[in-house]
Amino acid sequence: MQIAIETFRLDNGLFVTLSEDHTAPIVAVNLWYHVGSANERPGRTGFAHLFEHMLFQGSASVGANEHFELIQRAGGTLNGSTWLDRTNYFETVPSNQLELALWLEANRMGYLLPAMTQQKLDTQRDVVQNERRWSMDNQPYGSWWERLPALCFPPDHPFHHSLIGSMSDLDAASLEDIEQFFRTYYTPDNAVLSIAGDFDPAEARRLVERHFSPIPRGAGKPPLPDMTLPPTLEGALRDVVQDDVVLPRLFLALRSPVFGSEAYYAASVCGAILGMKKGSRLYRRLVRERQVASEAQSFTYDLTKGSDLLVLDVTGRPETTPEQLERAVHEEVDRMHEEGVTAEEVARAVSLIETELLVSLQSAGDRADKLSLFATYFGDPSLVNVQAERHRAVTVEQVNAFARARLGPENRASLLYVPREAAPATTARELAEAGAR
Amino acid sequence: MSTAAREEGRASGPTPRPLPSAPRSYRFPRFERATLANGLRLFVATVPKLPLVSISAVIDAGATAEREGDEGVAALTAQLLLEGAAGLDGAALADRFEGIGTSVDAKADWDSAIVSLTVLAERLGEALSLVRDMLRTPAFPEREVARLRDERLSELLQRRAEPGAIADDQFARAVYARGARYAVPAGGSSESVRRLASGSVRRFYEQRYQPATTTVVLAGDVTMAGARTLADALFGDWSGTQAPADPRAVDTASSGSLVRVVAKPDAPQSELRVGHVGLPRRHPDYFAVTVMNAVLGGLFSSRINLNLREAHGYTYGAFSAFEWRRNAGPFTIHTAVRSDVTAAAVQEILREIDGMRSAPIDEAELTLATSYLDGVFPIRYETTAAIATALSNLVIHDLPEDFYDEYRERIRSVTRQDVLRAAQQHLHPEQLRIVAAGDPAVITGPLSELRGAPAEIVRPDASEGGA
Repeated sequence: MQIAIETFRLDNGLFVTLSEDHTAPIVAVNLWYHVGSANERPGRTGFAHLFEHMLFQGSASVGANEHFELIQRAGGTLNGSTWLDRTNYFETVPSNQLELALWLEANRMGYLLPAMTQQKLDTQRDVVQNERRWSMDNQPYGSWWERLPALCFPPDHPFHHSLIGSMSDLDAASLEDIEQFFRTYYTPDNAVLSIAGDFDPAEARRLVERHFSPIPRGAGKPPLPDMTLPPTLEGALRDVVQDDVVLPRLFLALRSPVFGSEAYYAASVCGAILGMKKGSRLYRRLVRERQVASEAQSFTYDLTKGSDLLVLDVTGRPETTPEQLERAVHEEVDRMHEEGVTAEEVARAVSLIETELLVSLQSAGDRADKLSLFATYFGDPSLVNVQAERHRAVTVEQVNAFARARLGPENRASLLYVPREAAPATTARELAEAGAR
Repeated sequence: MSTAAREEGRASGPTPRPLPSAPRSYRFPRFERATLANGLRLFVATVPKLPLVSISAVIDAGATAEREGDEGVAALTAQLLLEGAAGLDGAALADRFEGIGTSVDAKADWDSAIVSLTVLAERLGEALSLVRDMLRTPAFPEREVARLRDERLSELLQRRAEPGAIADDQFARAVYARGARYAVPAGGSSESVRRLASGSVRRFYEQRYQPATTTVVLAGDVTMAGARTLADALFGDWSGTQAPADPRAVDTASSGSLVRVVAKPDAPQSELRVGHVGLPRRHPDYFAVTVMNAVLGGLFSSRINLNLREAHGYTYGAFSAFEWRRNAGPFTIHTAVRSDVTAAAVQEILREIDGMRSAPIDEAELTLATSYLDGVFPIRYETTAAIATALSNLVIHDLPEDFYDEYRERIRSVTRQDVLRAAQQHLHPEQLRIVAAGDPAVITGPLSELRGAPAEIVRPDASEGGA
């Protein structure tokens, strides 16, 4: 399955990808800015995400809350999201409303600042602080979102700090920060625009030029510090957290090859063998056979710089002690590290990944987002069309080489959640050690 | 570039707000229906864009069909379909599905059990044959019955640590009468689940899983002719009839206290649920109520969300919903707010409910809701899985065949008067139940004061009761 792709670049640097498909009268507009929490300066953790909220507060020609209203009135869906190294904004609308979506995105890319007020900033700060309470502070295990990157990346690394941000850093964010961040990062040459669905390419190009061409190129963004990391953690790391939870839960993270690299695909297949769906090793062994876990899965962060993280996420059962859970997961990783995988396991993982890729291409919004992803990270949206093939080409030997190189004990970071009452005696010391790292 | 130069660069100014071009027409995918001699029904939507087919097997075996005391058996039975069939154990069955690149889901909600998956079209026959094994010859091994029952018990334990889940469960108990099925989670309470055994599972299976109460929905790169051949071969010789379910109370309203605080000392937020018994899915006011709810709290730009989030900054989001089930599911406003503004947030919610009932909404609010629901319709059915789910809902709720063809016109024809009438008839301020899971030291006093009656305080692990 290949999707149609056409690209061009405006004089101001905006990179544009078009993918035409007339199955339904809908069109997706998707804009990635190459900025995320990694670009935040000290004392401003959470700012990239707070800024994303401010982009829905209107611009020169758009009133407060009008962005949402205009798209919904047009019969469209929309949202935005912030990640460690990018921020995206997207809408899917009936195809006759394409120009509205482009105009809204262009208006806030070019003319956001006239609409920014202290009151809007204060309200969105409250909203984001409530988002933090809801998703992390008042959620069992919720702190894993910031504890896991903090454990796996060194303190001075751009991926180390909290994406949602600390309450005090959020308190400190000012209108001057908004202006500076906007001028530095929200420029056409730091963005990728993708359009997927029902449109005429010549007409779409004309509309993009009309609305985006007047926006001037930026002055360049400060380079990120060197992101390079050793291929492994170079020693076992461990953080034990007492939380208001009933069941122990282990997040076991490994450094793995960055997303899109040659070595990434074997790692992706290895991760799927360990923790994708019920036929995976962790589910089969720990949930089904040994019954020490109630849930088991794996995922990757898909980072393209420094190091990716492959994470195993396993929740115990009421009678499982945290130590039993941790030992059981390590045993499975040890076994794969030492004995490797079978051809059947590779075939199962590749089949599942392939179907998942195909299923995700059904929606215009997902297609546009994938085009933006490959264009932003690699300057080549057509990479979306080779992902299945890359996974299919992975061999048992490649997975085994990855398992030998990266699944060893020196490349494991354990973030273990234990019910508050049942905390093991050693915890206080371990916590102190983790804090001192 | 200096700031001044950049401003100058932008001096050409923003482009003017555009007008929409002419809309292109859209029709919900065509589908065909057939019934086998044994009563099994087949729905097929041919959508050949990608070489994929979504399967959804819908069985009339949901939680409301359970006997009193067996709460949770419907969910357990559906999950156990994955744990062994036709001589394969659960691990082998998972291998078969995953070997052809798909993973299967089996679950039961209030009204039905559903087995669903999406598979490459060239693998449809193999996948449907495995679904046949699951539906017709499940093994229900003792060991897996015990394992899944224990997993459900640990999930229930886990829920007691999640403020949102605590609020949901306690809200259901506050809204529905003790003994009503809807008062207890669809998957059962720890009291009821603990009692379940392979005997109760097998009995439920034998009573409910029958050809005449099963519908197989296929959407994607498949034709009726191909589907019919497969269905005849795989399900044609399946026989049996469904026994009628024991009648039991499902949606009876409670008459309990109006304000309940679920104690989570030191919680930084309150998980808030406000509402009452809503309406059954086939209520004649479905469209008017859908539009009314969109304006009240269904959309981002709804009254409740703009008030609580954008005007006050109390929350990350606040929404309302009528949960559409065969019987009267709950009408719920749900949000999580900073602890110290809990009572103030409730007050704003009550004000918005009164506002909906006291005056017609603005024309602009009406058109926002109707044009959103109308316009977003094609976006909802982009995937084969979404189309299969839509067709499943026709079956579950016994909706007319042209429901999706008529939907947009029915939405567009709702008037401001219809919305006012829907609000006056179906929002009941005097029946509102208010449940807040949060810090009792901070929220109990203000909530009691607001409602002029002492709030009842319960622990998160208060008996799930109701059955």
